[in-house]
Amino acid sequence: MSEVKFSKEHEWITLEGDVATVGITKHATEMLGDIVFAELPEKGSNVEKDGTAGVVESTKAASDVYTPVSGEVVDTNQSIVDDPAKINEDPEGGAWFFKLKIKDTSELDTLMNKEEYDKFAKETSS
Amino acid sequence: MEIKKTSLNKLHQSNNAKFVEFAGYEMPIQYSKGIIEEHKFTRSNSGIFDVSHMGQLFIYGDESLTEELEKIFPLDLKNLKQNCSKYSFLMNEDAGIYDDLIITKIEEGYLIILNAACKDKDFDILSNLLGSKFKMNLDNNRSLIAIQGPKSVEILNSIINGVDQLNFMTGNWFDSDNQKLFVTRSGYTGEDGFEISISNDKAEKFVEDLIEKGAQLIGLGARDTLRLEAGLCLYGHELDINKTPVEANLRWAISKSRLSNGGFIGSKKIMNQMQDGASQIRVGIKPEGRLIAREKTKIFNDTDKQIGEITSGTFGPSVNGPIAMGYVDKEFSKVDTKILLEVRGKKHPASVCALPFYKKNYVKGVN
Repeated sequence: MSEVKFSKEHEWITLEGDVATVGITKHATEMLGDIVFAELPEKGSNVEKDGTAGVVESTKAASDVYTPVSGEVVDTNQSIVDDPAKINEDPEGGAWFFKLKIKDTSELDTLMNKEEYDKFAKETSS
Repeated sequence: MEIKKTSLNKLHQSNNAKFVEFAGYEMPIQYSKGIIEEHKFTRSNSGIFDVSHMGQLFIYGDESLTEELEKIFPLDLKNLKQNCSKYSFLMNEDAGIYDDLIITKIEEGYLIILNAACKDKDFDILSNLLGSKFKMNLDNNRSLIAIQGPKSVEILNSIINGVDQLNFMTGNWFDSDNQKLFVTRSGYTGEDGFEISISNDKAEKFVEDLIEKGAQLIGLGARDTLRLEAGLCLYGHELDINKTPVEANLRWAISKSRLSNGGFIGSKKIMNQMQDGASQIRVGIKPEGRLIAREKTKIFNDTDKQIGEITSGTFGPSVNGPIAMGYVDKEFSKVDTKILLEVRGKKHPASVCALPFYKKNYVKGVN
């Protein structure tokens, strides 16, 4: 599996072959608070880089989930729809959102590595 | 304008509060445990809320004060006993609501608790209506602390002996730590609880004592989910200048004895609406599944006609599901009516339901 990459919209992404797994970062869940609702893209649909590909809602507000790369949705994680609190518990592990068959691996090059993202998250949250 | 801070601001900070601006004040939205934990702690134990941003208006005067206030509020104040409280409204001539409030008859006058965002305007309106005959004091030297939840009575009584003898919607002055506190048995969470008016310089120590006895600080986030589960209105959401108490389904708060003769501001409109019914009315709304319908969500019937709008919507931690309140056209206001909510461009099924979502635990009669 490839190195974890991060977007400015606080998604993480890993790549295995040509299938990417996307979720939201721990930092994002800390900003959102208790997550009580999740909506995922439809399997088989095509999503475009930086386009919306889901929604999460906390007790406070709704936030869009964006996809860091373009591709076809090949799988979604129904368990976070059934129990959205899992997203707070394990955001960068079991609570992934969707898997994409990606079109253009070079789109990953525009994303941040862990060190860059941690710095970005720290700067933007203060 | 500089943001205002309550006398508990430092205590909020040292308890890791996340702050938001609310009605010009820096207020805690939540502490480190988060809204759901805070909500559940209040329902099962005892939560402390800093509501010092709310207005505490003391009005003193002779018997003519009661007469003058009856020209303003739809209440039978002549028959209100000392230390008893009533929920009411400040309205304009069209019965539009300037603010909702709690008024308590105290020795030689009244104490009115006002919403933070409305208190200065309310003071101006009441000053104009009452003239200079009465002493009015919107007291910024006092903090207001609410303690809510089933263990609150025991905790508060261990610090202010005798509060356990208060009935719901009554209050009294108590002596504690060499000062006079005004305590009412009331609140806005659907739980048994109290509100304590205390001088600013004593507030922090008082709250620290409550925490030591086992109560915990709770932010505005959980205050909102608690009041919504209890089916209670929040000014600026369910209530505003374009809504009347009848439309808000709050006719219970209007004293029956005032409906025959009127004589309060807005009485004509109220009496007409009581007779003919309002065209729109506030209802409880239960979305199907887990969907959350926030404020301003449009409500439709099954033939695509818009029939109303959501005024508050969130996830209710104690009912473990989404809940909402909103206004719908009268013919759709019956419990179990199927409606549709438009969220992110799609229409989702929901139904009109009875309020509250969560059953109240008020203590009705101690004595």
